[in-house]
Amino acid sequence: MANDVATASVPAFGEGEGWKGVVGDWSADKQAFPVPWGKAMMWIFLLSDTFIFSCFLTSYMKVRLSTTIPWPNPSEVFALHVGDTNVPLLLIAIMTFVLISSSGTMAMAVNMGYRRDKKKTVALMLATAAFGAMFVGMQAFEWTKLIEDGVRPWGNPWGAPQFGSCFFMITGFHGLHVSAGVIYLIVVANRVRTGFYDKKGNYDMVEISGLYWHFVDLVWVFIFAFFYLW
Amino acid sequence: MAQADLDAGADAHGEGQQHPIKLYLWIWLLLFVFSAFSYAVDYIGFEGYLRWTLILFFMFLKAGFIVAIFMHMAWERLALITAILGPPLLLLVLIWLMVIEGDYTFLTRIVFFQGT
Repeated sequence: MANDVATASVPAFGEGEGWKGVVGDWSADKQAFPVPWGKAMMWIFLLSDTFIFSCFLTSYMKVRLSTTIPWPNPSEVFALHVGDTNVPLLLIAIMTFVLISSSGTMAMAVNMGYRRDKKKTVALMLATAAFGAMFVGMQAFEWTKLIEDGVRPWGNPWGAPQFGSCFFMITGFHGLHVSAGVIYLIVVANRVRTGFYDKKGNYDMVEISGLYWHFVDLVWVFIFAFFYLW
Repeated sequence: MAQADLDAGADAHGEGQQHPIKLYLWIWLLLFVFSAFSYAVDYIGFEGYLRWTLILFFMFLKAGFIVAIFMHMAWERLALITAILGPPLLLLVLIWLMVIEGDYTFLTRIVFFQGT
């Protein structure tokens, strides 16, 4: 009798909505998330990555708050010379649009994967990887330009010396993520092409690699706001 | 219950998270527009609190759309959403502490550099 009451008030695993669902999922003595395990683990990895990038951005905030020398104006530092005028942040804006476009093609690739449209999935994933490679290329150009201008991790010609170390650390770590993502996407796209996931029976890996890629875009949204615009 | 069955069952058979292409295209367009707006904040040259508010507003808007739609968080179960989006809230404590620490370091430096 008491047992009936208990089972009636706590929804079974994967059932029930809202907070009752949370209680049901966690108390079922089973896995807590009714999603493929790879997806749950990717989310948890991304959570840990969130903390890494947050540490970088928070230390950047602390360094910028505590410096007595004015911070270099990113709007001028990252300006590109077009014709006779300096357009502020032009390259960064283009990089932002490239990365957003790659996120768009990735979302479509996941969709096509679940529709079992192999050709379109591969094409869209490779397009995503190409946008990613383009982004890294532009970042390499940006680094080269700044190093030529005299930016070093210990100093720069415009102001607070911490500017260089923050810049190289934050954008470098993000660029590393983009580069790794490009390789990851090419590997998964190749497996889609060879029919690896048809044998496995599902296309979850396309969505999981998509999660990673969207996260890279997400981090850029924060870097763009805090480092380049602030 | 029917919805939960549908979600769990769909994932188990590898056909989960199918949404209309049109939705993705809309979000894509919105992200472009919001990026253009946040770029415009710098281009027009807003200063002070207006600038910071606008930057944060567009940033959270973009981040929200990416997580909710592109990463499909809007369709996940609340157990997963809370497990992933809850812990980062702790970062607010770190940020708060570092703001205090940053101000303190700044003031100490002012005093120290004037003393010499």
